[in-house]
Amino acid sequence: MSKRIDVSDLNIYYGDFLAVEGVSMAIEPRSVTAFIGPSGCGKSTFLRSLNRMHEVIPGARVEGKVVMDGQDLYGSDIDPVDVRRTVGMVFQRPNPFPTMSIAENVLAGARLNSKRMRKSEADDLVESSLQGANLWNEVKDRLDRPGAGLSGGQQQRLCIARAIAVKPQVLLMDEPCSALDPISTLAIEDLIQKLKSDYTIVIVTHNMQQASRVSDMTAFFNIAGTGKPGKLIEMSDTASIFSNPSQKATEDYVSGRFG
Amino acid sequence: MSTTTPTRPPAATNAVRQRPGDRIFKGVATASGLAILVILAGVAAFLLYQAYPALVAPAADIAGGEGFWKYTAELVFGTALSAALALVIGAPLGVGIALFITHYAPRKLAAPLGYVIDLLAAIPSIVYGLWGVFVFAPALVPIYAWLADNLGWLPLFAGPVSSGRTMLTAGLVLAVMILPVITALSREVFRQTPTLQQEAALALGATRWEMVKYAVIPYGKSGVVAASMLGLGRALGETMAVAAVLSVAGGVTFNLISTQNPGTIAANIALQFPESTGLGVNLLVATGLVLFVITFLVNFAARAIVARTSKG
Repeated sequence: MSKRIDVSDLNIYYGDFLAVEGVSMAIEPRSVTAFIGPSGCGKSTFLRSLNRMHEVIPGARVEGKVVMDGQDLYGSDIDPVDVRRTVGMVFQRPNPFPTMSIAENVLAGARLNSKRMRKSEADDLVESSLQGANLWNEVKDRLDRPGAGLSGGQQQRLCIARAIAVKPQVLLMDEPCSALDPISTLAIEDLIQKLKSDYTIVIVTHNMQQASRVSDMTAFFNIAGTGKPGKLIEMSDTASIFSNPSQKATEDYVSGRFG
Repeated sequence: MSTTTPTRPPAATNAVRQRPGDRIFKGVATASGLAILVILAGVAAFLLYQAYPALVAPAADIAGGEGFWKYTAELVFGTALSAALALVIGAPLGVGIALFITHYAPRKLAAPLGYVIDLLAAIPSIVYGLWGVFVFAPALVPIYAWLADNLGWLPLFAGPVSSGRTMLTAGLVLAVMILPVITALSREVFRQTPTLQQEAALALGATRWEMVKYAVIPYGKSGVVAASMLGLGRALGETMAVAAVLSVAGGVTFNLISTQNPGTIAANIALQFPESTGLGVNLLVATGLVLFVITFLVNFAARAIVARTSKG
């Protein structure tokens, strides 16, 4: 239930501004792919183009191909709503729906598109999704309490539970730990390791230790200067990016000489 | 404020020095706060003092001859009915316009549309009244005739239809008048919906409407309630438009399309005041006091609802 994504010659625009230029890469199923790079290099923008969340911003558009399972996600007959159900997303800051309970939050995605569910079915989905997000034991006694009452780390795991309740093929994570403390970060990293047996995971991170801990493949993005487009510099297995990169810029970045 | 000087946060010393800017600003703010209380107390005292003779007068001396409460009850009913009609029609329309402006309209259309709605608030109420009498009411007559023919079995549309100056017309005119305040306030709260919440819904595969339902409406709910209550307050107190539009015959009826309507408190005061003397004036002021209390209660209810929904 996880799929491979092939990106070819992707240009990403905000209006007339070219933000990311000429990215081609293959994202393997059942693995964790990390995007690293300095701020503003376009890694988050690129991530958001993988589930068509980029075009939510007025004027934003994309040229090129993102092929999943033989289908171009930007094909004219593809509904972005379907893409987003197949490619789930977890954001930088935890964003549970504030007026909903923990259980309702988990079910939010599954209830979309007017899908009806029996009570027992819904209860099972809540339990399995929260189990899947390593949150069940902490919240099982207060499923009807508001999701916003949880700690930041728990909220982020709730958002992961909400995303996997839709049963996506791919899970995109946009700096999921940047607003969390070290203990919560560790919990999320453990969870990522567990999730990769079922999902294709793509994670953007500013934390290079995190990338080296959790990912199998790493892609390094860089930007030549303000106003220039971001580019994919190199992509390889994580060990070689951090120990033996082929590009000088990658080596400078991972060794902490800039960024 | 030209007299205030920029002040720094107080230094961490034991002796707290009073800076002149702080003192002046505190004085001005406190005086403003007290002034509103004094004005409100003054209005209440005037109403009570002037209303008292009508409240204690024997029933036979009151217009209609059946006592103060009977006289007022009809007007309260008319006021509540017209305001409720306005709210039932105006609130969904206002919320719909606000959602359209913030989440559906192309940006080139949204801004002008917002201005137009705001302009509606600037039209004097007597203009609405005249428009209601000379344009809107005659235009509605065929529709009322159709309603009476086809839905006449409902007490609401019993008729008979003779002119457009009905309770429903008054409600519709009031609905248009309360649109700007409901739309403007709802638009502001909808616009402030956090992007993060909207993206949370979209990323789960929500359509535009589902995103609005999941993120925008729950976020704006208490604001919409507050906006509706402000609109209701305006509809309850509206004078000139109702005085011009509504054909009054007295009595309590839910028949919305006949010309035999109960009056409203504010319009009744405006219509009767020029010809009233003595106890008649006291009687009108007493109905005004009742309206004052109703408006108070509505505001209280609004606060209670807002407090409850924003907690949940």
